[in-house]
Amino acid sequence: MIEASEVFRVFQEYRGDAIVIPSGTSGRFWADHTTNEKRDLVIGGAMGQTTSAALGVALSLADEKVVLFDSEGALTMNMGILATIAGKKPKNFLHILMDNECYATTGGQPVPNAQEINYAGMAKEAGYLAAYNYDNLEDFATNIGSIMQETGPVFVAIKVVPRVENEPMGSRVRRASRSRAESIRDLQTELGVAVA
Amino acid sequence: MVDHQQAAILSPETLIEEFKKNGVTHIVTIPDSETNYLYELMTAQPWLEIVPSAREGETFAIALGLIIGGKKPVCLIQNTGMLESGDSIRGMAIDSGFPLVFVVGYRGWTRHGPITDSVARYTEPFLNAMRVNYYLVEQDADSDRISLAFEESKNTKRPVAVLVGDEYHGFNR
Repeated sequence: MIEASEVFRVFQEYRGDAIVIPSGTSGRFWADHTTNEKRDLVIGGAMGQTTSAALGVALSLADEKVVLFDSEGALTMNMGILATIAGKKPKNFLHILMDNECYATTGGQPVPNAQEINYAGMAKEAGYLAAYNYDNLEDFATNIGSIMQETGPVFVAIKVVPRVENEPMGSRVRRASRSRAESIRDLQTELGVAVA
Repeated sequence: MVDHQQAAILSPETLIEEFKKNGVTHIVTIPDSETNYLYELMTAQPWLEIVPSAREGETFAIALGLIIGGKKPVCLIQNTGMLESGDSIRGMAIDSGFPLVFVVGYRGWTRHGPITDSVARYTEPFLNAMRVNYYLVEQDADSDRISLAFEESKNTKRPVAVLVGDEYHGFNR
């Protein structure tokens, strides 16, 4: 397993101008590495549906590279989205799964069949053009540059170290972060997009 | 009698015209058995992109992503799937603060005798519970209500539903 923060540190080197959509408990570490916050997008807000929203972003901004950092807890809630994404074949979409094998935000309970399920295999068989598995940082670092150049949709599953939270929601330390509305507004301003 | 029934249907062309008039760019949908002809008609429109989804809850999230990128989607689903979509309607549509019209096939709706399909009995209470306004459209003469839905959605920056009553009677050919 890889520390999520290390994944983001390596990815940032290859990010370029990509729109990055971090999500899940691992996704919070992206804030420590991003150098272009105006192209970061926060679109959580419904169980397992950030993946779907990211597809909409990729379809509507076809000239922009869109990278989603998904979580396996979310994806298993909405597995059909793999077929939906594969069906639309967004060339600009890179789907990276940060798989910590548990529901870290609720105390670390295991995701169903967490150690045997093959998410990359499912994505490939659903129709993604390519899919990869990584469980060590060196291999990921060696390949992410070329993966970023591939025609999407491409899927990358990475085993990451869980950061389990057990405190009640009200007593957890919150990072300062933009709201979803602020991140949407910032991105639209950055891209010169108006709501239709 | 036959002429009267034919005149009272809601034709798929009417929905397409309303979509075009209101600048719709994408239909995010799960086709059901009653909308085959509408689906074919939608795919024939060069100005309209179809996003076939695997589950209704996806449609509201995909729509939000499209809106972020400046597009104008409509979700087209059945009332059964709308019930499944509750958290997505809440989190991705209502809470987002963007306009969105979603069209719902009102399975089980009838003006003739009791409604026996439970999904029809729960459809309007569900929308009322979510504080989502809706317009019932049953025939071509009701088509201006679709534009009203778009206008209200734009003005309130909230989702507004269009309930297509009597299960798309004009849609199967």
